[in-house]
Amino acid sequence: MTEETTVPLKIVVLVKHVPDVQFDRHIDSGSLRLDRAESVLSELDEYAIEAAVALVESQGGFAAGHEVIAATMGGKSASNSVKKALQMGASSGLHLNDEALAGSDTVATSKALAALIEHVGDVDLVVTGMSSTDAETSVVPAQLAERLNFAQLTHALAVDFDAANRELTIRRDHADRTLSLAATLPAVLSVTDQANDPRYPNFKAIMAAKKKSITEVDLAGIGLSADTVGAQGSRSAVLSATARPAREAGTVINDSGQAGIALVDFLAEQKLI
Amino acid sequence: MPSALVFFNELSAVPSKAQRELLTLASRFEAATVAIAAEASAEAQDVIKSYGVTKLLVAPGGEDAFIDHALSALEAAVKLSEADVVLVANDNFNREIAARLAVRLDGAVITDAIDVSTALVVTKDELAGSYSAQVKASSGALFVTVKPNSIEDEPQGESNPLEVHNLDLQIEADPRIRVVATEAKAVSDRPKLTEARVVVAGGRGVNGDFAPVEDLADALAGAVGASRAATDAGWISHDAQIGQTGVTVSPQLFISAGISGAIQQKAGMQTSKCIIAINKDVDAPVFEIADFGIVGDLTKVLPQAAEEIRRRQA
Repeated sequence: MTEETTVPLKIVVLVKHVPDVQFDRHIDSGSLRLDRAESVLSELDEYAIEAAVALVESQGGFAAGHEVIAATMGGKSASNSVKKALQMGASSGLHLNDEALAGSDTVATSKALAALIEHVGDVDLVVTGMSSTDAETSVVPAQLAERLNFAQLTHALAVDFDAANRELTIRRDHADRTLSLAATLPAVLSVTDQANDPRYPNFKAIMAAKKKSITEVDLAGIGLSADTVGAQGSRSAVLSATARPAREAGTVINDSGQAGIALVDFLAEQKLI
Repeated sequence: MPSALVFFNELSAVPSKAQRELLTLASRFEAATVAIAAEASAEAQDVIKSYGVTKLLVAPGGEDAFIDHALSALEAAVKLSEADVVLVANDNFNREIAARLAVRLDGAVITDAIDVSTALVVTKDELAGSYSAQVKASSGALFVTVKPNSIEDEPQGESNPLEVHNLDLQIEADPRIRVVATEAKAVSDRPKLTEARVVVAGGRGVNGDFAPVEDLADALAGAVGASRAATDAGWISHDAQIGQTGVTVSPQLFISAGISGAIQQKAGMQTSKCIIAINKDVDAPVFEIADFGIVGDLTKVLPQAAEEIRRRQA
């Protein structure tokens, strides 16, 4: 191991508590906000946690002084997603809990998260999933790079770290090519579901997570006023949200040898050929 | 009437269907301007003109600097054009450029749009297409990323002279992100998955052999898609993956073969106009959303259908 690897890395992994995609999800017709009951850690964030913990393990482990802080913003229940991240190997938790955050668009969300990361201070690397599974905008990591003036290494298919030069290299698809992109820390890294195989916490990891702390802060604690986030701090407003009528099942036939012809007859009827 | 700016990171001599749809959308607004973070060939300029655009801003160079050049080009173009709405493609790169500029210029960004009215009300899908929402910017410039296959491509036919200006950018000597290697992807003759009118997709049920799926796609001049199970198994490139963690498609016709239709798979295709499903399992959830379903063996049904299409078209 080279000497440089002993410079500890301070990593923040951003996790989001989202409605479980396995169930029907609803937008409230009054508030026009997502019903957040039955929420879980966004599945795609598991790849971010894995990327951060694996990076630390490749650089001498937590004993070498590296930190992986699992951070979230949202209401009280959002801390459940931080707990899951602690079970997967993050070293501590941080929860920006403030009612004024509700209704934040990406511009307001990235403002709050950038302030939270600056509150942590001296962060080398911010790691996120490729997208949340609720709003699915996937743009907050890029907005954080903009606000923090960090290098933007997003949508990584693979990640490689050169400790001597504190340089991250990722592979990313772009138009009709795959690029290898390199940047020196500090950086914002978002990883796709191709980047790794997230670990499943074992009993020992679950017990160890109970001893890890989750620090709770509010907006005032990180120096933001309530009107800079939430609906007031957002630059877009939802006017209406309507559930699309559920698709109805059409005819289902059993193939008795002519179903391919029946399929083409259907296409012709629908004027699709 | 608000004014529009369309931004392309690059525009080839044969612009893509999604790029033409953006030009069509822009032609609804007053004084549409196009900006490109690269050169524009004479052929590309002719296409731009055919949508009634009279002003083109180009920013050649910057091939070695990922993102920075495109950000500077769009920032300069937004300031110069003073456009009320900026329209970009919905792919990851363009979404990120738009989102960063929204932060930089204190504006709004709305992704996954399927329409933008002249009153600047944006219609978009929410929760994987299970909701439709109307969203408006509350202040500042509005950046909208528009899904392919949402707008009907309609060139205006007549074209006026096109004014071309070079954008004057401050070039960073030391780019933040270096492109250290570039690999071209395998080129396919089939239409692009996100833009195709017809998509034929295979899943676990193809059992390693995509040939029947590809053959039916070719008979219909369509694109080939796959479920995550099929791409994870290595039967087909990851680029073909449709679903929550792959691409979202909204074609006129989606043919699903050997895909169960689990919720993450449906998320990628349920806004398709017409869905046909072939599966061995009568209880597969995909039949709940299919306009036409066949319980049967895809290795028999797909070749028979492909042959019949070719026979009728002969």
